[in-house]
Amino acid sequence: MPTNVRFRSLVPADASPRGEPMVNLFFDGRGLQAPAGCSVAAALLANGVSTFRTTPVSGAPRAPYCMMGACFDCLVDIDGQPNRQSCLVAVAEGMQVKTQAGLRSFDGADAVIAEEAAHVE
Amino acid sequence: MSNERCDIAIVGAGPAGMSAAIVAARLGASVVVLDEQRGAGGQIYRAITDAPARRVDLLGPDYAAGRSLADAFAASGARHLTNAAVWQVTPEGAVHYLRDGATSTLQAGRVVLCSGAMERPFPIPGWTLPGVLTAGAAQILLKSADVVPAEPVVLAGCGPLLYLLGWQYVRAGVPIRALVDTTSMEDYRRALSHLGGALAGWRYLKKGLSLMRVLKRAGVPFHTGAENLAAEGDDGVEALRFTAGGKAHRIETSTLLLHHGVVPNTQFTWSLRAGHTWDDAQLCWRPEADAWGALDVPGIHVAGDGLGIGGALAAAQQGELAALGAMHGLGRITTAERDKLAEPLRAALREHLRIRPFLDALYRPKKANRIPADDVIVCRCEEVAAGAIRHFVALGCDGPNQAKAFGRCGMGPCQGRQCGLTVTELIADARGVTPAEVGYYRIRPPIKPISLGELAGAE
Repeated sequence: MPTNVRFRSLVPADASPRGEPMVNLFFDGRGLQAPAGCSVAAALLANGVSTFRTTPVSGAPRAPYCMMGACFDCLVDIDGQPNRQSCLVAVAEGMQVKTQAGLRSFDGADAVIAEEAAHVE
Repeated sequence: MSNERCDIAIVGAGPAGMSAAIVAARLGASVVVLDEQRGAGGQIYRAITDAPARRVDLLGPDYAAGRSLADAFAASGARHLTNAAVWQVTPEGAVHYLRDGATSTLQAGRVVLCSGAMERPFPIPGWTLPGVLTAGAAQILLKSADVVPAEPVVLAGCGPLLYLLGWQYVRAGVPIRALVDTTSMEDYRRALSHLGGALAGWRYLKKGLSLMRVLKRAGVPFHTGAENLAAEGDDGVEALRFTAGGKAHRIETSTLLLHHGVVPNTQFTWSLRAGHTWDDAQLCWRPEADAWGALDVPGIHVAGDGLGIGGALAAAQQGELAALGAMHGLGRITTAERDKLAEPLRAALREHLRIRPFLDALYRPKKANRIPADDVIVCRCEEVAAGAIRHFVALGCDGPNQAKAFGRCGMGPCQGRQCGLTVTELIADARGVTPAEVGYYRIRPPIKPISLGELAGAE
């Protein structure tokens, strides 16, 4: 997982900015902490994640550009759902966030189709 | 799926939306405000309702001013649907939205769109690299999560937001490696012809000058008249290259924050097929609206920066005016009542807008930073470069919608938000016609991503 610590929190790690509890989440299997209420994108940036996804066209690395839901460069997979705008989703305890490589995966859809085919047979 | 009715639905809980809600609720309307964030405030007052005092103090008085508006909104009786992504508004006043993974519809008598502004695209080489963000994005990180650059940062471009962010970083103890300003002497000369308006809006001007003084006193290195900006790096930004004062510069940084103004977010108004006008002073599209923000789509109003950039204080006045117009349209207030209530609002709005021609002239974004060279990516989603679009034009492509068919430009997940203005101007420039003649993408709902499963869940 490429990391480059570009951002930091102004608040010490053991003190949540709003006095809210810290939440544990995972990025590509690595455990991270972020204050409750914080967006997933802010949490990843503050934890040194530098690449959120790679593009479907050239595989170029991308990370948040606008932080307000307009650029869609912060797309990640959250709890098995691809194409989530991480700047608009709040962190939650135990959340599993994954890099989105290229096009969103259609594994889930394939599985459903395979299951239906099995029923037909 | 729920099907709810209300008198007035307001999309967006920034200064315009909150102000519209307060007025409409006070006049007895049932009001629902839908917003994507978890709290009121919009981007300008982002997270104002739960920001600790320490952060409010750091961000400064203009941010703190949002607190009283948010408090009045909370006490207004308007219903606030947080975390609600509106993905379609129909001409009949149906507001379709996604909340907690479920789709719902709100049927409103009148709709007031307060979807505000977004950063103007800043297409320079390397602007897609991780570590290159808009100044607005960096400010949202600060406002919503106390997150700041870990290493010395470079701010580049022009406009009040860039200097305000610099001022906030100085106060937060964030080192600024350089402020690379694209404003040139020519811009100052052009802006001087609007000095009368600026003097009338002297409070804004004074504020701006005091921000710059703080930055200079803090020893932030300034480069003015910067041209040929390019971000360098492989997996992320490593440096900013530019020329200024006849010299080539290269400044290393792991975080580059770009800004050259904000533009109206017109996704809703385009998707409603409302009329739009190209604004040559602000270099953006404005929806065509009357003095009450009413579009040529009956029953739909727009207020705030979505009408054209005027700032938070103007947006609040426009929100109140739109609410009055909507209440009048519903037959809930008389023409005389509406006009009497509007009078002080119009006077205040005029005051707030007086500085605009000066600011628009002084911080007019450079042509090279709007209509880039051939090798620069224009459509970030589909990675379409400016040269490809010029090639489409040479092959007979007349406008943005045809550009989609030629090379998928504007067809990625952002639906043209990041490339639309650039593509319009680029094609106009290549064809030698006006942006108005070239037009814009045909925006279609859903304007926010919604899965088939979520859509299928709707009835």
